[in-house]
Amino acid sequence: MNRPLVRFLLLACCVISPAAAQRAPLPPGPGKDVVEAGCATCHSLSYIPMNSRFLTPEVWKAEVTKMRTAFGAPIDDDAANAIIAYLVANFGAPSK
Amino acid sequence: MLRRDVLVGVGALVGHKASAATMPWLSPDLPDGTRTEAHLVQVPGKQPLIQLSDRPPNLETPVQAFRTAITPNDQFFVRYHLAGIPDAKKLDGWKLEIGGDAAERSVAFGMQQLNDLPQTEIIAVCQCSGNRRGLCQPHVPGVEWGYGAMGCATWHGPMLRDVLKSAGIKPEAVEIWLNGVDEPVLAATPAFHKSLPLARALADETIVATSMNGAPLPLLNGFPARLIVPGWTSTYWMKHLSNITISSKPIDNFWMTKAYRVPAGMFPVADPFTTQNNAQTWPITGMVVNSLIASPIAGEQVDRSGFTIRGVAWDRGNGIARVDVSLDGGNSWQGALLDRELGRFAFRTFRLATGPLPRGTAELRVRATSDSKETQPDAWKVNPAGYHNNVPQRLTVTVV
Ligand code: HEC
Repeated sequence: MNRPLVRFLLLACCVISPAAAQRAPLPPGPGKDVVEAGCATCHSLSYIPMNSRFLTPEVWKAEVTKMRTAFGAPIDDDAANAIIAYLVANFGAPSK
Repeated sequence: MLRRDVLVGVGALVGHKASAATMPWLSPDLPDGTRTEAHLVQVPGKQPLIQLSDRPPNLETPVQAFRTAITPNDQFFVRYHLAGIPDAKKLDGWKLEIGGDAAERSVAFGMQQLNDLPQTEIIAVCQCSGNRRGLCQPHVPGVEWGYGAMGCATWHGPMLRDVLKSAGIKPEAVEIWLNGVDEPVLAATPAFHKSLPLARALADETIVATSMNGAPLPLLNGFPARLIVPGWTSTYWMKHLSNITISSKPIDNFWMTKAYRVPAGMFPVADPFTTQNNAQTWPITGMVVNSLIASPIAGEQVDRSGFTIRGVAWDRGNGIARVDVSLDGGNSWQGALLDRELGRFAFRTFRLATGPLPRGTAELRVRATSDSKETQPDAWKVNPAGYHNNVPQRLTVTVV
């Protein structure tokens, strides 16, 4: 099967039902590279969009802290802050 | 072109083994991000399952599979916490080792020695503690499961009790610690270790399953041996079971002391896990009564002359007393017919033939009541990890 046809079908299925979309790459934005470097070691990045958009900035911060303290994610404070800012902006609960 | 080809092609494009297809029936109550992330994927040995993550694999069974009391092996859900999961090669030469400070001696079992012990068989529901977390209101972080992080199978193997006795249990034993072959990616992450209170480990129904529905366990469901703890959520059903420690002390591990806990006293507990209780939280243990409609599915068109509603109900082993179904969003309820019971820990199938219905949309709901008189609450008892969500399922169908 040729590529353009596949792409067409993929698009068609997304139009019919967004629930069927393949995992989209993380949206561009400041901190994306830090997330990709720091958050994909132990599990796929799907854990992030799966948990959206309902987490407040405090809870995203707590999640990143949990990854570092409970699970031993090797991420320094600067990287953690960049990651939290990116997650809040792109995957946080819409502000009321 | 065959539809099959299309699915395989799409899978190849994104690097999956197989398919992506539409799931219009996915619950609208899941977080938007989960609905976008989830897609049907076919991994080796399985029918297409709803993938929530690929590393580690977290794969959910579509609701359509719950029209029968037994969930087929190739549709059984998959749940791992840590991405270091074993392949067949790693499990070659597998042994189950038993020891510990409260064991008389250390022993090791291969598959043949396990098969030489007296065998027992039980039909039991295996349900992830976090099943339906994604449907919790408010949403809480975790793997955002819909309805399908569960299944019911016929499990076969020796009783854990007989395995433990071969090592000899000293009087000071309080907990049985469990470990499997899966491991964390980084050494800094706590390995997935769990424990059981001694009484639960010695119970008749707690077995070391070496077969599932008459076949070896699928790799992703714990091959070659998995612990079965009927009535309790599957966090205790250690897969690829490799080490059992008979211990005089409570285990101190993240997955027992920090994770898999519920607020003290929030849910009914038949046999408490006192060595792991603290003032604020208790470990999650027995399942709460629950039910699911598997036919029709959300969004399906049903006939105005009437149709049959089918599904399953279960609890932690008290048994199902009744299942009620509503066709009008919970205003009125009718008792469904219960099929014969396959054992108190098994799915109990039910059916209800509706009368004629007016055209339009109908909101179906289902609610089970156990023999211990527990029933499903209208609102989820909010707890931080999203456990025990047994709010009656609701789904909308179109009457045509
Ligand atoms: C050292 C390993 C490790 C790293 C690195 C890591 N995580 Fe995790 N993460 C885990 C484990 C283990 C879990 C639990 C997985 C499960 O239960 O399926 C988890 C779960 C999660 C969850 C689900 C909610 C929860 O608390 O269980 C989210 C969201 C998450 N991680 C986000 C992140 C983000 C964002 C990063 C980057 C800062 C990250 N993770 C980096 C190990 C890690």
